[in-house]
Amino acid sequence: MPGPTPNVDGDDAPSDDSDDGVRIDMISGARMDGLTGMEKIRLILDGVRDGNIVILEEGLSPDEESKLIEVTMTEISPDDFTGIEIETYPKAEAGDQSFLDKLMGRKSTQKLTVIGPANQIETLHKDENLISTLVSRK
Amino acid sequence: MGLLTNLKDSISRVTDGLFAADEPKRIGIYGPPNAGKTTLANRIARDWTGDAVGPESHIPHETRRARRKENVEIERNGRKVTIDIVDTPGVTTKVDYKEFLDHDMEKDDAIRRSREATEGVAEAMHWLREDVDGVIYVLDSTTDPFTQVNTMLIGIIESQDLPALILANKTDLPGSDVQQIANAFPQHETIPLSALEGENMDEVYTKIAEYFG
Repeated sequence: MPGPTPNVDGDDAPSDDSDDGVRIDMISGARMDGLTGMEKIRLILDGVRDGNIVILEEGLSPDEESKLIEVTMTEISPDDFTGIEIETYPKAEAGDQSFLDKLMGRKSTQKLTVIGPANQIETLHKDENLISTLVSRK
Repeated sequence: MGLLTNLKDSISRVTDGLFAADEPKRIGIYGPPNAGKTTLANRIARDWTGDAVGPESHIPHETRRARRKENVEIERNGRKVTIDIVDTPGVTTKVDYKEFLDHDMEKDDAIRRSREATEGVAEAMHWLREDVDGVIYVLDSTTDPFTQVNTMLIGIIESQDLPALILANKTDLPGSDVQQIANAFPQHETIPLSALEGENMDEVYTKIAEYFG
């Protein structure tokens, strides 16, 4: 039986209906750990479609990224939602992996990821240490 | 009855395995919009079968459906490789129909094109996860390869353990910088070419035979 739709809004979350600014949701790795791939994608896209900027502490796996692109494409509609802008730091080098990860052939997917509505977020600069974005209101 | 069924299944698996080696490999041509994927697919198909795969255009998202050209036999150094070429729509995370209005398109046509483009990208991602045996990743060597889409797609391809050949296309244009692409993806071999002019296709075919044979 499917669980409840995950939501970043807690009971004590302030109203986000203000037109004064842009809401940023910073989601910890621990919060994402308990979700299925589709729940993560839904959490991200629901936030982005509301005009929020979503920052993931640990990013998505390649398979989840692939599904995020696929689901985003199915939700694009003229004059409503034009898609997402997404930026991550380049993948960590093998030197950053633990001995066990190397032994097991595991690659770390932990990488800070910024996702926002394509019509509201523009990447100004990106390198291995810095992501600089311009965020505008709707 | 169950024993017979199991035996039949086992024989079927063994024979399938024997024939699988001779079956054409499905090679997906991936990359961002306007990298020259269809130009390359047409070049390969024309060189080895005489037919084209699909129309080419400078307008982004000309290819909005994955198109397959089957049984393309490539001979290299006495070795024959049979592949199915799958030309895919350019992958992106955003599609805005207003961008097509800049190409003298009416609004209705632009909206239809953007809708088809989104369906095509979703289809291309599905193919990548489920239905290709190898990837030719085409990049425009006159543009910056350090984009999020390229980083994500190469990561997805690597996570699937698919053999991948990176092609630095459009070397005929001023501003082409093959080294920049090689630097962006040092874990992969980068082959320069001009699919439009047919430059360096010999090396491309040698590498296709080597990677996907």
